[in-house]
Amino acid sequence: MADRKALQAEMISGQTPPSPGHGMQRDLEVCKLVDTTTCIGCKACEVACAEWNDLPFSLTTFDNTYQTMPETRWNFWNLIKFNEHQNPDGTIQWLMRKDQCMHCADPGCLAACPADGAIVKYANGIVDFNQENCIGCEFCVSGCPFNIPRFNPATKRVYKCTLCSDRVGEGLEPACIKACPTGCLKFGTKDDMKFIAEERAKQLRNNFGWQNAGVYDPQSVGGTHVIYVLHDATDPERYGNLPSNPQIPWSYTVWKWLFKPVLGTFALFGLLGVLLHHVTHGPRLPQPEPPKKEEANG
Amino acid sequence: MASGAVERFDGKARETFEHVGKTTVYRGELLRHPVYTRVLHWSVALFFFLALFTGFGIYLPWLFRWFTPFFGGGQLSRILHPYFGTGFVFFFALQALNWFEPMIWTAADSRWMRKIKEIASGEEKMDPPDTGFFNAGQKLQFWEIVGGSVVFIITGIILWAGARTFGRITVAISYVLHDISALIMLGGIFIHIYLSTIGEPGTFQAMIRGAVSDAWAWTFHPAWYKQVTGRDPQQACDEARRQMNSGRNP
Repeated sequence: MADRKALQAEMISGQTPPSPGHGMQRDLEVCKLVDTTTCIGCKACEVACAEWNDLPFSLTTFDNTYQTMPETRWNFWNLIKFNEHQNPDGTIQWLMRKDQCMHCADPGCLAACPADGAIVKYANGIVDFNQENCIGCEFCVSGCPFNIPRFNPATKRVYKCTLCSDRVGEGLEPACIKACPTGCLKFGTKDDMKFIAEERAKQLRNNFGWQNAGVYDPQSVGGTHVIYVLHDATDPERYGNLPSNPQIPWSYTVWKWLFKPVLGTFALFGLLGVLLHHVTHGPRLPQPEPPKKEEANG
Repeated sequence: MASGAVERFDGKARETFEHVGKTTVYRGELLRHPVYTRVLHWSVALFFFLALFTGFGIYLPWLFRWFTPFFGGGQLSRILHPYFGTGFVFFFALQALNWFEPMIWTAADSRWMRKIKEIASGEEKMDPPDTGFFNAGQKLQFWEIVGGSVVFIITGIILWAGARTFGRITVAISYVLHDISALIMLGGIFIHIYLSTIGEPGTFQAMIRGAVSDAWAWTFHPAWYKQVTGRDPQQACDEARRQMNSGRNP
């Protein structure tokens, strides 16, 4: 970011300062927008993800849907979930949702992770795993409300979508965005994507009869850096177990940041306690103790 | 019937280990712990500390990450920790069978607990006369480890298998219980090591050589002393004091 700021025009000859645009800053936070209403299930994003991230492919399982496999894997981070939803009037909705890491503002995986430097959240909102520091305890799997981190038993490390942090760092959009043929995937700043998503939801409500259309950006995890436009935002579960109220377990927040160090310190006070006991009260000796000096003399 | 099988197993194990090692009891000493008990104790201790030190790096990496290189790094610590823990629980389970009977809580132990302040402060030079082979503090720690081991094994299997098998909330709860159990044992181990070494001198040899001095026995476990020697502990102590005084003041 600094390099781009350095190239901003500060003074321009023949113009009165401040020069136009000086001091302008782009929003740091990035966001991926997935419009489920325009996804056609072509899976180009799945291919692009596996290609760019050089993920070795493995055999899939057929589960009577159009899905590539039942759920994401350590070597398959981007999966279109196909769900058939029956409306109360008997009509069928065929829902397609791109399932991947949501890049939460309050990442449950990061809160749960005990390894030093294994999970990083960047200022632009991307949550990334550094496998070289991962110890393979799988606590992140338990911390994640979206069931995303995947353990690779061969390497004993956990993997997931990086939001193509390597591409984004170079000013490129993630691979899935580049591959999407319908424009259902968009990438930009969080503010812009939120704006576009809200506009699209308004359009769906006003012009297409989806009264409950809305944006999925759950605030229970501080918002996410992957947001959805849904036909019915009141029932995200119908899109293949997208939680309506994702939660990070209490044990990974309060316990980890408060009680762990505090109680650990208390345990160390036990050590201090026994040493103090020895200093103040001394040992208990087998009886009879040798007579004290005065007694022996007297 | 089941308890009979346990008795036979323990008896056989004790007998077998008497061929493996030996216990020398000198004059003025009593046999405290046979070879089998000592081997179990140090096996438990070894696995306890291996599991503790591999666990430290996982518990608070920002404070204890320097422990993990001893075990080949974070990944290997994580892989080894459950095996060390299993070893700890396995050997402690054998010790629990071995010690089940002398560890049963009695009315004398409740009385001991009520006087714990006087005993710990050293006001009471000798333990209460009805203190048997184990005192109430030792029994308390024993049963805490029994309970803690049950917590360890249940939550440990859940954490070992992971959230994909047992669900994320189960893992999140298990991890807290696993930590609490470890913290209680950590606090307990300080007291245990202190009392068995510098806190009550003469104790450590019970787990090394297996024998303790008569004076140690009548001071800290008077009822046990009476049971094995048939002598009254207070009288024995007074007699020793008279001998000591007459020896010093001719």
